[in-house]
Amino acid sequence: MNWSGKVAIVGAYESPRRKAPNVHPYTIQAECIQAALAEAGLTIADVDGFCTATGLPGEGGTQMNILEIADWMGITPLYHDSTDTGGTAPITHIGHAASAIACGDADVVVVSYAGCSLSAGDFDSTPPAWGAWQYEAPYGINIAASYGLAAQRHMHEFGTTSEHLAKIAVACRANAALNPDARFRKDMTVEEVLASPMIADPIHRNDCCCVTDSGGAVVLMSAERARSLGGKKPVYVLGFGEAIEQYHMSQMPDFTRTVAHVSGQRAMKMAGVTHGEIDCLQLYDSFTITVLLTLEALGFCSKGEGGAFVDSGAILPAGQFPINTDGGGMSSNHPGRRGIFTVIESVRQLRGESPGVQLDNPRIALAHGTGGSLSNTSTLVLGI
Amino acid sequence: MNEPTLNSPLPMTDEFSQYFWEGAKKGKLFIQRCNQCDQTQFYPRPFCKHCLATEPEWIEAKGTGKLHTFSVVRRTSDPRFVDKLPYVQAVVELDEGVRMTTNIVNSDVENLRCDMPVHVVFEDIGRDFMLPQFATVKR
Repeated sequence: MNWSGKVAIVGAYESPRRKAPNVHPYTIQAECIQAALAEAGLTIADVDGFCTATGLPGEGGTQMNILEIADWMGITPLYHDSTDTGGTAPITHIGHAASAIACGDADVVVVSYAGCSLSAGDFDSTPPAWGAWQYEAPYGINIAASYGLAAQRHMHEFGTTSEHLAKIAVACRANAALNPDARFRKDMTVEEVLASPMIADPIHRNDCCCVTDSGGAVVLMSAERARSLGGKKPVYVLGFGEAIEQYHMSQMPDFTRTVAHVSGQRAMKMAGVTHGEIDCLQLYDSFTITVLLTLEALGFCSKGEGGAFVDSGAILPAGQFPINTDGGGMSSNHPGRRGIFTVIESVRQLRGESPGVQLDNPRIALAHGTGGSLSNTSTLVLGI
Repeated sequence: MNEPTLNSPLPMTDEFSQYFWEGAKKGKLFIQRCNQCDQTQFYPRPFCKHCLATEPEWIEAKGTGKLHTFSVVRRTSDPRFVDKLPYVQAVVELDEGVRMTTNIVNSDVENLRCDMPVHVVFEDIGRDFMLPQFATVKR
């Protein structure tokens, strides 16, 4: 069943919080859910589907976290999803929810996320050295280094440079400069990125996303019902694709290609759009290399050509494929599973409401997440 | 042999994985080959990840391979590894074709290159565990 265009986003809200010491993430969840519903003129009583994942450090949840947070919100949803694919999860939830709505399994679904990674997170601990982890954890697996493995190999095979990667961080920062809520807004140069401390070669500090306390929520319903709401223009879900590959980096078949080539192709095929028809890209930017690999794997440039593509200015607001117009996770907001914000910023662009760089009348946006250690991707194509 | 690194997370073995760690204690690096489809795999599993046949055969790897890719870890908030900084998180491709996560030790970490030849060395990490690590081959 092709459900392209049959489901719409009617509410999208990003918390302006960036630092929230002494605030439990579920408080931020509630703020975001309330605000996203209010935007659509709905209340929690209208919600029959709820999706979130809160089991990582800094997210406030423990085991069975969808039950825990549904209890906290005081709801008993008929449809729920707490698929945990890392940073992609909210995009994955939105894709699953849209499919469920199109099938008639749910009417109004809230997909939300919040994390307090800045105040309560812990990125450097690995699971117990049990099962497959017994062959990984003793070596000191580090998330920046895991992405560094991909960057190192890309440099080796294609001559990609630290300058190429730095230009991605600089492009995001320039967009963030206009976003009053962004975590970092001060102008930044390529030289400053290269001069920032090396975290895990070849990843400099400023090749890494910012770390924040924040959250967001999105409300979905059938396109038909959305048109009768009379609120803001519905943003239609035109295409969705998800794909997973390795979990442990040692199992990654090709360190220079993410599985975005699968999720992206599926989403674009479902939406019936070509690359040239897409007006903006909101790409998961945990690290600069994440963006470079994504541009290649989605087919916006050829494999190995990411560096030259970035050099060409194509990803800038005036370029053919502007990215991360809110400043991205690099400079605006990254509490943990940034996927939700790639969707929210896509919605804001299509409504003409970006807090960062608003593009001129975009019609089609692509939101894309990369989770785990370059492990999985989810792609959403949205249109107005 | 290096000094014991007692702060490394020690493997939590099970009845299946003991073979691998017993081998490591004797200086042997074991990988697996499937009796059905003849493909090799690492990390070890009690089945073949290619065809799901059970009980793939343990085979001793030659212990030589290439540094497929690496990252020199210079900052960490993991207290278990702070004392090791800078250390090298790496993926090595063994001559048998499988890849494994490892550290590069006893080597000049500032002059590593992808595809450099490497060979296995075993590091005592305490509690009777020998951890397979790799070093660059001196030319």
